[in-house]
Amino acid sequence: MITCPFCGPRSETEFTYAGPEMGRRPADASGGSDEEWAEALTVPPNPVGPVVEHWRHGKGCGAWVTITRDTRTHEVLEPGDDG
Amino acid sequence: MQRYSLLSLARNALTYHQGWERAWRSPPLRDSYDVIVIGAGGHGLATAYYLAKNHGLTNVAVLERGWLGGGNVARNTVTIRSNYMRDASIPFFVKSVELYEGLTRDVNFNMMHSKRTMIDVIQTYPGLRDRRRRQLVMDLYGSTYEQITVPELRKRIPALTGGGRDSRLPIVAGMVHTEAAVNRHDAVAWGYARAADAMGVEIHQNTGVTSITRGSDGSVTGVETLRGRIAAKKVAVAVSGHTTTLTETAGLALPLRTINLSAFVSEPVRPLVDVIVNCPDLGVYFSQSDKGEMVIGGATDLGQSFRRDIKQHVFEDAVVAMLELFPSFKRLKLLRQWGGHLDIAHDASPIVSKTDVAGLYVTAGWWGGYKAIPAGGFTLAHLIANDAPHPLIDKFGLDRFRHLEFVSETGTTTAR
Amino acid sequence: MTDNSPRLPQGGRIDRSRVLRFTFNDRAYQGFEGDTLASALLANGVHLIGRSFKYHRPRGVFSAGVEEPGALVELEGDDASGNRPVTTVRLTDGLVARSVNCWPSPKFDLGAATQLVARMLPAGFYYKTFMWPDWRIFEPAIRRAAGMAGAPAKPPETGRFETRNAHTDVLVAGAGPAGLMAAYVAAKAGARVLLADDRAEPGGSLLDRRLTVNGGPAGDWAATLWADLAEMSEVTVLRDTTVWAYREHNLLILNQRNPDRPGLIERTWRVRAKQTVLATGATERMMVFPGNDRPGVMLASGVQAYLNRYAVRPGKRAVILTNNDSAYQAAADMGAAGIELAAIIDTREAVSDACREQVPGVEIWAGAHVVDTLGRQRLTGVVTSQITTPIPCDLLAVSGGWSPNVHLHSQARGTLRWDPDSVAFVPEATVQPSHSAGAANGQLTLPEALASGAAQGVAAAEAAGFTPNPPPLPAAEEAPYTVEPFWAPPKMKPGAKAFVDLQNDVTAADIALALREGYDSVEHVKRYTTGGMGLDQGKTGNVNIIGLVAHAQGRAVGDVGTTTFRSPYTPVSFGSLAGQREGSVVLPYRHTPLTDWNHAQGAFMYEAGARWRRPGYFPRDGETFQETVNREALAVREGVGVYDGSPLGTFELKGRDTDRFLDLIYTNTFSTLKDGAGRYGIMLSEDGLILDDGVSFRLGQSRWLMSTSTGHADAVHHHMERLRRYDRPDWHVQVTNVTSQWANATVCGPKARDVMQALGTDLDLSREALPFMHLAEGMVAGLLARVIRVSFTGEISFEINVRPRDLPTLWERILEAGAPFGIQPVGSEANHVLRVEKGFLSLGHEVDGTVDPFDLGMGWIVSKKKPDFIGKRAMEIRRSAGGPRWELVGLLPEDVQDSIPEGAPLTPDGAKVPSEGFVSACVFSVVHNRWVALGLLQDGRARIGHGAHVRLRDRVIGVQVVAPCFHDPDGERLRG
Repeated sequence: MITCPFCGPRSETEFTYAGPEMGRRPADASGGSDEEWAEALTVPPNPVGPVVEHWRHGKGCGAWVTITRDTRTHEVLEPGDDG
Repeated sequence: MQRYSLLSLARNALTYHQGWERAWRSPPLRDSYDVIVIGAGGHGLATAYYLAKNHGLTNVAVLERGWLGGGNVARNTVTIRSNYMRDASIPFFVKSVELYEGLTRDVNFNMMHSKRTMIDVIQTYPGLRDRRRRQLVMDLYGSTYEQITVPELRKRIPALTGGGRDSRLPIVAGMVHTEAAVNRHDAVAWGYARAADAMGVEIHQNTGVTSITRGSDGSVTGVETLRGRIAAKKVAVAVSGHTTTLTETAGLALPLRTINLSAFVSEPVRPLVDVIVNCPDLGVYFSQSDKGEMVIGGATDLGQSFRRDIKQHVFEDAVVAMLELFPSFKRLKLLRQWGGHLDIAHDASPIVSKTDVAGLYVTAGWWGGYKAIPAGGFTLAHLIANDAPHPLIDKFGLDRFRHLEFVSETGTTTAR
Repeated sequence: MTDNSPRLPQGGRIDRSRVLRFTFNDRAYQGFEGDTLASALLANGVHLIGRSFKYHRPRGVFSAGVEEPGALVELEGDDASGNRPVTTVRLTDGLVARSVNCWPSPKFDLGAATQLVARMLPAGFYYKTFMWPDWRIFEPAIRRAAGMAGAPAKPPETGRFETRNAHTDVLVAGAGPAGLMAAYVAAKAGARVLLADDRAEPGGSLLDRRLTVNGGPAGDWAATLWADLAEMSEVTVLRDTTVWAYREHNLLILNQRNPDRPGLIERTWRVRAKQTVLATGATERMMVFPGNDRPGVMLASGVQAYLNRYAVRPGKRAVILTNNDSAYQAAADMGAAGIELAAIIDTREAVSDACREQVPGVEIWAGAHVVDTLGRQRLTGVVTSQITTPIPCDLLAVSGGWSPNVHLHSQARGTLRWDPDSVAFVPEATVQPSHSAGAANGQLTLPEALASGAAQGVAAAEAAGFTPNPPPLPAAEEAPYTVEPFWAPPKMKPGAKAFVDLQNDVTAADIALALREGYDSVEHVKRYTTGGMGLDQGKTGNVNIIGLVAHAQGRAVGDVGTTTFRSPYTPVSFGSLAGQREGSVVLPYRHTPLTDWNHAQGAFMYEAGARWRRPGYFPRDGETFQETVNREALAVREGVGVYDGSPLGTFELKGRDTDRFLDLIYTNTFSTLKDGAGRYGIMLSEDGLILDDGVSFRLGQSRWLMSTSTGHADAVHHHMERLRRYDRPDWHVQVTNVTSQWANATVCGPKARDVMQALGTDLDLSREALPFMHLAEGMVAGLLARVIRVSFTGEISFEINVRPRDLPTLWERILEAGAPFGIQPVGSEANHVLRVEKGFLSLGHEVDGTVDPFDLGMGWIVSKKKPDFIGKRAMEIRRSAGGPRWELVGLLPEDVQDSIPEGAPLTPDGAKVPSEGFVSACVFSVVHNRWVALGLLQDGRARIGHGAHVRLRDRVIGVQVVAPCFHDPDGERLRG
């Protein structure tokens, strides 16, 4: 169950998984070292516990949802409130 | 090592099997080894075996948090094959299939390796083009892949009654991969464990590793376990799904995400399907075990997960896909289902590699890693012994992520 | 009825007025409505049901429920299905059943020869032999022996399955005393309640026993309460319904058999419950002793069920073997039903007066156990530890204590605790909002179960936000339950067959062997011996295995622990899981408005990515495939053709930051374009690899039309949305997918403009007024249209976009207007030829997830001025490493009539060595009348003018490396 900011709690089947939060893309693509850039691109957070991740209500209203989910239980700890 | 054979079985039958020895010892834990392998799953045990057999390294401890063979080797669909697309992958898997074929006699433990043949049921032309591309590259490495017609396909798999001309996705062809096999997963773990143990490798169960320790020069000094500190100059991490949890303790960030892959079996029924059936366009595959169960895989969920569970909708999708092609299975019953963790790399290809920490090696990113156990262990042992990669894993190193030079086995079947 | 008939003259919950005829192993029998196949067979004196898996030993009815390990049959006819425990098959008129695992019959089974070599077949024997020369030699024989019943040959001929979703405040699993109380309390509190029970009748164990509630028969109390619940508007009661899986987020999956709707075979319920009450009861355990598998050995609770529920006497003279008190109640019922009680063997040293009082006059041997049983296909006697003389009997009722059915609790990730008092694993902590009640929670007697059910009903209702006012508990009494562990007789003869798993033929000796060989973990023991891995999943035997392991290792049972409880609780059909999902419901079609026309033309239609069905080619009588494709392609090159381009992804982008948004997602610059002008662009993923190519046109200030490939349209949409939402949230850009708002017909070829004129339009379509890569809006063929000059074929093209409803009309008019010019509809195959001749790239061919624009010789499309675009840095990092790259080239086979299979590798000198490239596409060029190919070749551009080699299995094809464009390299024609 994921809570869509517009549609309320809906079944996970209506959402498209869009991966963990990897940090916003830097405004300046030339900043930082190559190593840092490559790492930011390829190394995701992989916690045994809460992870912040993005879902899209693809089979619903299309809204994006950022949730905090516990990878051990799949429990949604913080429902997203962003539209 | 006590020899297993029909003769020894008969001899022991006379004494009602009182004379069988332990398959592996349960030795006291020492405080130092030459090499520590973390994880007594398929890859960890195979690595220990090849360290001893090929490189004479026997002062080796395999440390296992739970029970030996309890990793993904305990929960998978035992599908062994080498039908890949890239030069970086094919020879590795060809080697793995070859090692599997000889493994029963190598370790004197019947793995029940059964060269069943895998047949892909192809339902789209882009899918067929993708498979034929594989075929042509696989030819370079002697791995076979043959296209067959729909009537031939139906003759080989009589239970395949779906996918007709008027169906949603009509079958367009079949692809036959002759080397594909199934075997007994527990036997793989136990056979490697027993043979490694016989050469002096120590396997310590219920010995969870909590962290990897490093010295002042940054290189590995050993591990911290629930049973105390153990020293080693070389440590290999072979803990599918939990790789990052351990490597983090050594200050390493790896390009891995942990996901859950699930599978299920039907009730046992009399032999119906001889081959391994793979339906890439619908995303489901299965084979019938010697016990008669249909062992079915394909339910994937890309969300990060450390929960060994199956999500209902993911599972239903796989069932629905199977019934599209095998409608008679509607009356067949689900007996058991399970999930397992694996870590998937940024490019979805494996990692067998040195790390930035001297003396620390990692094998990870195995999606379908069961088929890779022998070659994975073989090449990791080589890497540990020589501190240099075997040519078969040349492209599976971590440095590829630094240069963003990926090994891409996916994402080839789109059409304009 | 004579005194000898197993069917009791009265009693039971069967309807004696309704006689049902059935067939078992080709013999005709009769039973009554309300019977199971098991009770009906026992009533007919049939005890031998089938054979076991490994040794083919005779198997009889062992229990009366879903725990049945041994008595399996397969059903024929419309119900055809295999591996059905006779105890769960409801008797119906005309039922046809057959034994499994034996041939020709269970009485004379050739497979039983296995027993002769049984000594050679201990647990895991197959790991030790059959190694030489190869397992494949032995496997076919093993496989033939495998599997119990035959697989169903066909799907059900009539009837269907369905799935239903439901939400409830409280889901109660099990309608025994605890479940009924819980449901009643919660329902009275106003909660929505869903109560499901896997039997045909509510009441659970009450149906099997002679207990009273409020002074009347307990079964009647259950029926009344069930009926009351069914009347309540917020309550759903489901019989024949198994709660078989407990998923995350309190999602429970139910399998309902015999739903009350014509034509419906089974229904799956996906139930989201706020709270659950798990009142799933307990299962009696078998006892481990030599010969405990002989037909006639039966669980005491099973005997009790046959007597009380089905009015069937499973034997005439019985011995009872127990380690607990509950068997005394069963013994009393047996005595009351006229079964002669030869003795009660109690493994405990002391037997309570409460027990003795229930069976006055019956001989009780305390501190004793059974050391062997006699008989072949039916029990004739038992040998005890007390005296050497066997006790003659035809029934041995065993009770090894009770195991709470904690499956759902465990599936929900709840923890278990070993309770030494009740000698059982009981629920400890829960993780999801669930409450175990009654026997499932270790409260095994009726008064305890009622109280526990009421209490958990209160707890669940409160947790769901209601305020329950629990009614007084019904009056009930039952003797207390005590038990002492007895895992196996202390000394068994070597070779004794004391089973711990009746289905897979696993014995106590097998467990000992596993431990002896170092398979120390209970998971190892399970896997090595296969104990508990059968259809019954070891419901009656697993705890005995754990007990034996603990005993042998000198550990506490709780420290040994259980193996994982996996769903399903009992097997469920795949059909019920799929429900209505079949055919196009599984994978919806995407159609353009021309699908009907295409079909009418006899077009060869296929799936062409992103679920679109498209015409591959339009064959004419007598044409070969190649002739058709050549004809269509030639029409475009020399005259005019038309194709349906509707599936291309189409997006409208709006907002004041759209210009810079496009500059960010494409490698080249768009913001400088004027109104009505467009450009071809390439998008990279952040990995610096090509994600998609397409065109975008400026419609106005901050308003754009984007066209993407068909296959990647959804991925591109997701990519843009994500970027917009997370990486540039402060930018004002709206992306709207208008793929299905516009349909288009693309007229292409040297005569395309003539056809456009013939169609009639108010637009000036001259080269000057509407140049290449421009669009205009106006009337075409009397329809409102947006005409776009793009070209995917290399010829002058007009993409006429109209409302989807207008496309069939437009299409018809184009064909009419184009007829004088020889216009032809063009399918995907000819389009493929045309784009390869031009060297236009194709996703899935040249672009396979590994290439960047430089690899394709398209460095010109990568802006050097822009400080940033998606994938820029990654592409730079990769290229700075300086590794060799595979580059796009054209390839001409040395023999003009030689075609190269698409995907074929290029290797150095054609040797069988790692490849240095591959052939991405090969078509018969209608321009050059020869086969031409595109490919990626290592350092390919530098090798233009040289030779290369395609390596096939049996031969090498020499090719000439050329520039990747075979037609009009300067693009004069498409601009025309």
